[in-house]
Amino acid sequence: MSKTSNINRVDGFAKVTGSATYSAEYKTDGVVYACLVGSTIAKGRIKSIDTKKAEWAPGVLVVISHLNVDKPSGYAKAKDPHNFGQPLQVFKDDTVLYYDQPIAMVIADTFERMQYAASLIKAEYIKEEHITDLQKAKDKEKKVETDKGDDYHRGVQDNYKNAAVVLEEEYTIPTEVHNPMELANIIAKWDGNKPTVYTKSQGVEGTRRSIGGVFGIPPEDVSVNSEYLGGAFGMGLHTWPYEIAALIGSKKLNRPVKLVLHREQMFTNVGFRPYTIQKMGLGATKDGKLTGLTHEAVAMTSSYEDFMEGTVNMSRFIYNCDNVSTRYRIVKLDTCTPIWMRGPGEATGSFALESAMDELAHKLDMDPIEFRKLNYAEKDLEQNKPWSSKYLLECYEGGMERIGWKNRKNKPGSVKEGEWLVGYGMGTGTFGCYRSPTSVKAKFLADGNLVLQCSVNDMGPGTATMMTAIGAEITGLPSENVVIEMGKSGLPKGPTQGGSATTSSVGSAVHDACNLLVSKILGLAVETSTFKGMAITDLAFANGVVTSKKDNLKSVSLASLLSANKLENFEVENVSKATEEAKKYSIYSFSVHFVKVLVNPNLGKIRLAHVVSCADIGTVINQKTSAGQMYGGAVGGIGMGLMEALEIDHRFGRPINNNFADYHVPVNADIEKQEVFFVNKKDPISNPMGTKGLGETALVGMAPAIANAVFNATGKRVRDLPITLDKILEPRVANA
Amino acid sequence: MKNFQIIRALSSKSAVISIAKEKEAMFIAGGTNLVDLMKKNVVAPDKLVDITALDLKKIEFLTGKTSIGALAKNSQVAEDKAIIEKHPLLAMALTAGASQQIRHMATVGGNMLQRTRCSYFYNTDMPCNKRVPKSGCGAIGGSNRMHAIFGASDSCIAVHPSDMCVALAALDATVQVEGPKGKREIKFTDFHRLPGNTPEKDNTLQNKELITSVEIPNNNFTKNVHYLKVRDRSSYAFALVSVAAALDIQNNTINDVRLAMGGVAHKPWRLTEVEEFLKGKTVSETIFRQAADLAMKGARGYGDNDFKLTLGPNAIVEALTIASSK
Repeated sequence: MSKTSNINRVDGFAKVTGSATYSAEYKTDGVVYACLVGSTIAKGRIKSIDTKKAEWAPGVLVVISHLNVDKPSGYAKAKDPHNFGQPLQVFKDDTVLYYDQPIAMVIADTFERMQYAASLIKAEYIKEEHITDLQKAKDKEKKVETDKGDDYHRGVQDNYKNAAVVLEEEYTIPTEVHNPMELANIIAKWDGNKPTVYTKSQGVEGTRRSIGGVFGIPPEDVSVNSEYLGGAFGMGLHTWPYEIAALIGSKKLNRPVKLVLHREQMFTNVGFRPYTIQKMGLGATKDGKLTGLTHEAVAMTSSYEDFMEGTVNMSRFIYNCDNVSTRYRIVKLDTCTPIWMRGPGEATGSFALESAMDELAHKLDMDPIEFRKLNYAEKDLEQNKPWSSKYLLECYEGGMERIGWKNRKNKPGSVKEGEWLVGYGMGTGTFGCYRSPTSVKAKFLADGNLVLQCSVNDMGPGTATMMTAIGAEITGLPSENVVIEMGKSGLPKGPTQGGSATTSSVGSAVHDACNLLVSKILGLAVETSTFKGMAITDLAFANGVVTSKKDNLKSVSLASLLSANKLENFEVENVSKATEEAKKYSIYSFSVHFVKVLVNPNLGKIRLAHVVSCADIGTVINQKTSAGQMYGGAVGGIGMGLMEALEIDHRFGRPINNNFADYHVPVNADIEKQEVFFVNKKDPISNPMGTKGLGETALVGMAPAIANAVFNATGKRVRDLPITLDKILEPRVANA
Repeated sequence: MKNFQIIRALSSKSAVISIAKEKEAMFIAGGTNLVDLMKKNVVAPDKLVDITALDLKKIEFLTGKTSIGALAKNSQVAEDKAIIEKHPLLAMALTAGASQQIRHMATVGGNMLQRTRCSYFYNTDMPCNKRVPKSGCGAIGGSNRMHAIFGASDSCIAVHPSDMCVALAALDATVQVEGPKGKREIKFTDFHRLPGNTPEKDNTLQNKELITSVEIPNNNFTKNVHYLKVRDRSSYAFALVSVAAALDIQNNTINDVRLAMGGVAHKPWRLTEVEEFLKGKTVSETIFRQAADLAMKGARGYGDNDFKLTLGPNAIVEALTIASSK
């Protein structure tokens, strides 16, 4: 992948010049404007809802609530394939299941009139007691009713308790919210019984199925356009009530309806990373050999859907330990349903596991990396399979060198720079490499351009750029000649973008389709052109021209080959999927984040002096987009470590900091120096390119790296994220 | 947002007249806070009087004092070379506030009049005595990490969010205002008020007076000054605690001193008693510590903000130490 390994982001120009069209920006004749009015209680029933003033307000076309909604025909049976339970059916009845749940929708001829009318809607409620505090409800835990929800045991159950050195601690992570810059937005319209939506989706095909299910129509009748996304981080993995509401409104008025959530609604209505309490039990011999590892998680879900994620999974395979137990429980709370947020459960889990590993290393008076190396897993003990490839040790080495690990002392608080306490910390991340069946059409046009089509989305990681690079590499075309068509229905079916699987799935499909296309062209060349009778292996194809490897002077252009065969273009559509061979291996990406912090304990100030993120993601298809993704994931992990927390006033069941002034994410000034590093070694098993996936593992392991560095600097162990200054603040001690 | 009228005033007199008669009328300048409040339905004026055309943007260095027009932009003041030279504390405080984009829009007068950032004030579904008198205080017994440790009442524990005002309070500034009854001067430390039973009133302006300028008397605080802002991230966050420290040190003796805190009260919290204690003392960490302890007299926490009882004195010592070692 040499020539194309550093091409610029193909959609970069469109994005920075504003010519990229996001969902709500599609020019739609006759479009009208909708917004959702949310409940002001967290649980209960709507006693009355006064929509009259809003209906009479200027420009208002309709106000829809449970009182007058035309219920979609699929409400009776619709199920979300991701979750167990029933997704919220907007306006179905008078029940309120969470604060800010949509109870009415106003549609008006202009945005401003719609906003004003919405402010006139008043509801009265019959309140019921709500529970939004996981800490107070954790005893109501239950198993998720699926085999994935089962407890896991290998060897002796909870064997850590029998060890010579035991660590037992509890870690908590608060609710975090995805909040991409681009708000959740949709334009919905109907043509007879066939809807078309322009919406913020990470999965075109999944959105078609969800909408089809709700309205009782075949998914093929649903058109979904989601060509550009301004980030999503997982919130686009679900079809949300706002999308269904817009479709209900559009159907009612028989007009296109545009609905964009307010920023506040992004905190309450489109999922979040669930508040999770984790218990870790680690046991080791005195010389540092792990003999038992137990990882338990209790996470929140909504009252109407069971959501679970892979919080405890990493503990089953990342270290060489014969006795491992994991348990996962959920507690139903009166909130919206959580949804995977970047890194998802693995990021939550790694905070507990990698903090606990650091704590145990400290107890053993061992260097945390030496301790990990001593417990390095030569194979995946969970699946009892060999790794397809594993360059975790290279990540350790690369990070240690860059961060200056040799300057670290095991004893906390023993390194200083001026008045600042210096601390070094690291955390390991991992994420599975998945590959799902993907269809790609590759088409050579007479003008020399290669068109690649797939319905997969690009929410920002650079999917289009990756497809371009692989297509250009295999066909020998300049990348400028590759045209990507993606992110909408009607194209060959691609996967949902999530779980770091896109490059493995779609990249492989591009790879295979382009190879087939080249073979097809060469096959035609040896049948119909000046190369008639030659072997395909004697021909080469590059820059849109077929040449003979034996005779440089002989060449046939694609255009002449097309015209000779009376064809408009060459095209191949092909479905690619994982090989049987791959099932024999355990395929994971690995990452290690290193952090150097400077701490002023008098002010609780933590400076991130240096951050280094190293990853083994197999082959790196594109250095620029991969580095961008790694920087972004690392910053997401820094937010998790130091700032992010959706604060709820449990008296009201409402968020307090539902805006960007109060819900903090890192700014440039928070990170003084940041580096990323890839091992960039091909995985021989994963897929034809040898990639393993990056998006999730880019975040996994950063939060514990920070917590461990803060401990190394101050001796203070923070087990409840985020590490805000009040948690490490020390009364000032007079200088001697 | 409800429909409203907007008119542009061409003189301060006409501005004052056009607002005086109407109950629900307000001035608007940079709009960096007011527009947010209107969007959130926290305030809903019928009429806005745009004062940005008024001739109140000048920074003037007069005999014995500096006069800063109420419409001078925060960035304009912060970057003014003579301000940096004569009143570096003010420039530092301004630069610590908001973001450059907001500082380009925000005016000096508007900065003084910005409302608290208390979440309960902003969320119209929540109780808040400042927004709706007698509706209760959500922050007491609720989420109050940002809130006051000094001078709060049972009605309100909100804090004033400005950085600039902390420096102006420290520098003995005065506020020049013009109203229907004419012009008057208000001491900066009397401009903002404590909540008491009427937290809906942030300040002592009367009858919709217009701020026309702020005046700072000449001083010797040009070297040993520091504005320390402690916050949850390095930029674009309100102060948890801030300290404006200005020292006039001669031969290691504190000749004169000004000290004020932000993020701790309903108004910029000037520490005159501590200043008196420090005057004439020799610079030392012990003295700064004693000063910090004295400063915390009467402080109390409300739960989430208890850490400010530790952070506050630490920040004072830090600010005095940095200022004195310049």
